[in-house]
Amino acid sequence: MTKIKTLADLLKLKEEVQSKIKLRENSNNPEHLVQIKVGMATCGIASGAKETMKYFVDELEQQAIDAVVTQTGCMGYCYAEPTVEVTLPGKEPVVFGFVKKKKPKKSLMSISNGEN
Amino acid sequence: MKTISEHVLDIVQNSVRAGATLIEIIVVENKLSDLYALTIKDNGCGMSRELLEKAANPFFTSRKTRKVGLGLSLLRQNAEAANGSFSINSTIGVGTEVQANFQLSHLDRPPAGDIWNSWYLTVIGNPDINRLQHQTHEGI
Repeated sequence: MTKIKTLADLLKLKEEVQSKIKLRENSNNPEHLVQIKVGMATCGIASGAKETMKYFVDELEQQAIDAVVTQTGCMGYCYAEPTVEVTLPGKEPVVFGFVKKKKPKKSLMSISNGEN
Repeated sequence: MKTISEHVLDIVQNSVRAGATLIEIIVVENKLSDLYALTIKDNGCGMSRELLEKAANPFFTSRKTRKVGLGLSLLRQNAEAANGSFSINSTIGVGTEVQANFQLSHLDRPPAGDIWNSWYLTVIGNPDINRLQHQTHEGI
């Protein structure tokens, strides 16, 4: 993610985030949208739900898919974390387990992020 | 938990479940006194004295999906491993304050990690909550 260096950067970022939130609020009937819930309890975070959620948020934005991504607690499937629950409009929710993003770059990135 | 930012993401969920509307995250990094102090304050429902005593016990949780609650106990474990301390204060109806201190230069202190993404994901995931974040560097 871009680093914030000046006040202008921060304001630009604020606008971006706010417009995204507005988009969600304006979608007055969330039942008509795809809902994605990422399990973000201790077990989820420990097994990398943060990267998973980030991936969903970025990818949905890039492909311009109108869906709501939210955090949820533990669903009781700690062994299968990170878990993601996807609800398509008018259908039963489906839970996916072991939703890990395998990327050789990831380990490199976490090293450079962690040490900064 | 490999980084402090993951701990923050985790502890903030407690505040969200406690119905908080304002969550404050205060990080003070002081090289002179060799201290990394993390404070997470919320205005949620708070806890009674009995509950407070059990909160950091890994075998206690208020949820019903599973029987363990590791968030606070993992934070305490990491703080104590880094020659630090851990405390929780809470008042019913007012809110809760979790404080974890780490020795800044300690080898076992987890790195701060990707703080920006933790913040971003909490805002995206819970748009109704105000989140304040302060980071202070002292004695550099």
